[in-house]
Amino acid sequence: MQMLVAKYNYWIYITLMMIGLYAMIAKNNLVKKIVGMSIFQTAIILFYVSIGAKRGATIPIIEHGHGEGHGAGTHMVHAVDYINPLPHVLMLTAIVVAVATLGVALALAIRVYNRYNTLEEDEILAQIREK
Amino acid sequence: MKIIGLIIAVLTGALLIYGTVDFPGWADPASPASTHLSPHFIEKTMEETSVPNIVTAVLADYRSYDTMFETTVIFSGGVVCFILLRIFRRKEPEDRLYRHVLTGATIRVKEGGKIPPDSDDFERIDTLWTPHDLIIKTVCRLLIPFIQLFGLYVIAHGHHSPGGGFQGGVILGASIMLLAISQDLRTAVQRMREKVDALLSPTGVFIYAGTGALCLLLGLNFMDYSALASVLYVDPVTARSHGILIVEIGVGVAVMATIIWIYNNLSSAGKYDEGL
Repeated sequence: MQMLVAKYNYWIYITLMMIGLYAMIAKNNLVKKIVGMSIFQTAIILFYVSIGAKRGATIPIIEHGHGEGHGAGTHMVHAVDYINPLPHVLMLTAIVVAVATLGVALALAIRVYNRYNTLEEDEILAQIREK
Repeated sequence: MKIIGLIIAVLTGALLIYGTVDFPGWADPASPASTHLSPHFIEKTMEETSVPNIVTAVLADYRSYDTMFETTVIFSGGVVCFILLRIFRRKEPEDRLYRHVLTGATIRVKEGGKIPPDSDDFERIDTLWTPHDLIIKTVCRLLIPFIQLFGLYVIAHGHHSPGGGFQGGVILGASIMLLAISQDLRTAVQRMREKVDALLSPTGVFIYAGTGALCLLLGLNFMDYSALASVLYVDPVTARSHGILIVEIGVGVAVMATIIWIYNNLSSAGKYDEGL
């Protein structure tokens, strides 16, 4: 019970990730597969952001007054007061790259639709076998 | 297939949940991710780069190689969409619809028919044209300049508040997309032509990589912005802050152009005549 309360966040991400994985494997429609891929990516993003969380800490922007130069030496910065910035950096770039990959996936889906006039996987496969 | 997929998903999920036994608890300050590298970033960023927003500093300075190639990935995504979808053959659509602005009468021009001369009396309309809603049109026209201003603010103020090149670039791109949705695709393409997209997208990547190469030419490592101190006439710490700004502008330009490029290609399936 103690373990469940301490780690419920991971369980949520794993559930979300498996929903995406199931959609990618089992769904017949190509756009639904792409939606599944997006859900999968979102689960990973949530997982990373939650790794960066610290109890009692604030966002990773250092508080500073005006006109004090570089701020070095004026006051000490303690690592416990700020959450881990590293996962945020990784996910910041990952979100935009996810948009680019989503664009490529949708472009491929449009090409497939132009060629076969359908986005259902079984119908596409049947048309390929006929040839 | 559905059964196999369900079995795979449930098995993988069970294995992953079993793996969480070794994971640190929720928001644990002593977790491995927060103990090795991140304290250095949090405590030294201010004196090493003079940037209060640690995320920006790590993104564009400490991990600048990573970000440079992320920008390249986005550019590649735009190029792939362009190559897959763009149709260059000038195949005229069967029927073009024109609308007489004064009377509201719609003219259907058959294939090979004479297109009305370029006058202000006629405007080209989409096949699924509906009369423009006054509220949507006016609100979008009022909002777009402010959205773009906010995008520029997010890029320029990324050192001191949440923001930076990626976010600001996406906001700038979204403003042009809003134009395309509220009016039509041709209006947006007239404002931001395809050539501009295709030029700005690699220009952003070039600004990023060029800044890194400039540091190399000035005698320090690739992407070590303190080398820019002699060019910008500031001390090395401030030079790193300015170098981050230059790089963020490059990222913003690349992201903005690529997002618009991808949108134009996807929404019109490469024809650039009728969008969503």
